[in-house]
Amino acid sequence: MAASLSQALYLATFTSSASKPSASPISPPSIKVPTFSPLTVQPLSSAFTPNVAHVITLTPHATSTPSSIPSDTSTTTFHGLCYAVGDNIDTDQIIPAEYLTLVPSNPAEYEKLGSYALIGLPSSYATRFIEPNETKTKYSILIGGANFGCGSSREHAPVALGAAGVKAVVAESYARIFFRNSVATGEVYPVESEVRICEECKTGDVVTIELGESRLINHTTGKEYKLKPIGDAGPVIEAGGIFAYARKTGMIPSQ
Amino acid sequence: MASSLVSPSPTSSFISNKKDLGFSAFPSTSQVAIRKCKKQVSKQIVSVMAPQQSERKPATTGSVKTGMTMTEKILARASEKPQLSPGDNVWVNVDILMTHDVCGPGSIGIFKKEFGENAKVWDREKIVIIPDHYIFTSDERANRNVDILRDFCKEENIKYFYDIKDLSNFKANPDYKGVCHVALAQEGHCRPGEVLLGTDSHTCTAGAFGQFATGIGNTDAGFVLGTGKLLLKVPPTLRFVMDGEMPHYLLAKDLILQIIGEISVAGATYKSMEFVGTTVESLNMEERMTLCNMVVEAGGKNGVVPADSTTFKYLEDKTSVPYEPVYSDAQASFLSEYRFDISKLEPLVAKPHSPDNRALARECKDVKIDRVYIGSCTGGKTEDFLAAAKVFLASGKKVKVPTFLVPATQKVWLDIYTLPVPGAGGKTCSQIFEEAGCDTPASPSCGACLGGPKDTYARMNEPKVCVSTTNRNFPGRMGHKEGQIYLASPYTAAASALTGYVTDPREFLL
Ligand code: SF4
Repeated sequence: MAASLSQALYLATFTSSASKPSASPISPPSIKVPTFSPLTVQPLSSAFTPNVAHVITLTPHATSTPSSIPSDTSTTTFHGLCYAVGDNIDTDQIIPAEYLTLVPSNPAEYEKLGSYALIGLPSSYATRFIEPNETKTKYSILIGGANFGCGSSREHAPVALGAAGVKAVVAESYARIFFRNSVATGEVYPVESEVRICEECKTGDVVTIELGESRLINHTTGKEYKLKPIGDAGPVIEAGGIFAYARKTGMIPSQ
Repeated sequence: MASSLVSPSPTSSFISNKKDLGFSAFPSTSQVAIRKCKKQVSKQIVSVMAPQQSERKPATTGSVKTGMTMTEKILARASEKPQLSPGDNVWVNVDILMTHDVCGPGSIGIFKKEFGENAKVWDREKIVIIPDHYIFTSDERANRNVDILRDFCKEENIKYFYDIKDLSNFKANPDYKGVCHVALAQEGHCRPGEVLLGTDSHTCTAGAFGQFATGIGNTDAGFVLGTGKLLLKVPPTLRFVMDGEMPHYLLAKDLILQIIGEISVAGATYKSMEFVGTTVESLNMEERMTLCNMVVEAGGKNGVVPADSTTFKYLEDKTSVPYEPVYSDAQASFLSEYRFDISKLEPLVAKPHSPDNRALARECKDVKIDRVYIGSCTGGKTEDFLAAAKVFLASGKKVKVPTFLVPATQKVWLDIYTLPVPGAGGKTCSQIFEEAGCDTPASPSCGACLGGPKDTYARMNEPKVCVSTTNRNFPGRMGHKEGQIYLASPYTAAASALTGYVTDPREFLL
């Protein structure tokens, strides 16, 4: 459903913009305009109900769209050790500015970026996120408080976490750009918790996140927590980010 | 996510009908009036790119004519839609995309990977590339990143690239500008009614011109490079009405620190902040930029100041591109409205380690400091240096701690050396700074505002205490993790330099 709605959006804008005069002598990369009418899109039900079959029936161009539409997130689970941080973890702590010269699209530099993830945390965090001389973290789940990822627009922040081996961040709330960047890059799942889990989970606890159930289980303490549904960001992240998603759903041509 | 749109949780802090917003040291004089959000929140489009928000519950009164806020109107025009409401996701045509040396190479990498090595950008005249962050350093990767920008601009024949080749002397680079947000304004790329996106969180600065401006990531920027479009969610607007004559010891920095202290670093998350009122109308363009610059420190998506004669005058000799300002309708719905009587405000600081850790400057008079930093897109503009010079001039004394001056752009640097300071008998800022014993104004760039490579001028390589005119005081922001940064106006920064303690500028500005 998410896919079909977004396609409708694409259609609406890309067709209407075709008549707009462009000052540029250079033609932009071609954009594939879906040919179906947005009117066929069903109104969205108030609860997010993943329905893969439904999405496929609404997909108009079977030839260009892989049949593997990003699947729903109902079966996605993450299991591993968690690392707990507090409120307002800003991007300078996630990846300090001195490492921003690393360009994430270069694989070696991507790896290196990951090795510096959360290196900016104050020394009051006795257990470090990444052990000295390691490039990956042993904590695949990061648990934070309010306003996680505030500060700069640096996409290096979710990328560094993803490169370090983080699969999901569970925080009480996110700063806008961090959330946006996590979804656009598909690096980590930014999941919101209903309560302040960061005060109840300790670094090193064994946790499982069941995205479909919107649930986090802390096996060490035996407690369970409700998460807010990841909603339509889920399929985008699962596809691997905004471009992969746009291609899978035929919004832009496949390469 | 859809469910959050249609069944909002009632936990928003703006629900109360009246909220006391008195200044910390004064009897509560100001109040905030909350208007009911009359607009129907759209239920048909789901959020793809924005976190779930506790939206206000749409009232069910069913208004006849729906007014729009400035931000809604700008986005409506850019998406070619007659009407938009907060929460709508729309594909927006971008007027200007700005990127710099930190995020440019990544955005370009993504553009090439996704659209092909030989892909052409959507419009060579709408992309502005400004190297500014890591310029005067011997760091090889940093230098390489500027080379990547140069190669790309050549390949794509990008019209606006403010290049620097000779790092030993910035003046030998006539094209080089400096800090992107200030350069964008000075070079005429900020225009009322337009949409400006940039790979930098302080892109919101340009909202001072009555346009929609916000920061995006590299992947989004790669998408815009190829298509000229981006899916954006329409934010609800918070309105800040600031009335009253601005006391002579206050600057726009005090106003925004007051607001952030009031609503917290997450108070405007995902929202638009509109600044109006007689005080705002009296501000010059650079001061309005300071106001909008820090909306991101409150979590805001964008900030806007309605364009007026001050705006048009500033733009007169800077752009020949026609623009069309828009204004909030009288019936527009605001998520909430805050009112401030500025005549009662006192000089403020934000204590370590958060921009909302507000205190009166005079409450911190016992805080001993090691240095003062005047610079950045927030506090390194011409007006900021004129303000600092005014304090040094009034005191006639010398600074007690090292005082670093980093002009935002080449133009600001020139102004420091050529503009006579009002009331100084023809003296320039540079002369006043020299007499006060400040460091010589450095080469224009972001400098130590964000720490940067180890050899960056004025970077905090040790755990020092700094009063700074910049915008962020998170741990490690200016270099050392244990460094302590007090954010302040240029007046307060200069006054603090003179005493070696955090100091209320009224001690000098009588
Ligand atoms: S001066 Fe500071 S805040 Fe402004 S763009 Fe540069 S690094 Fe960012």
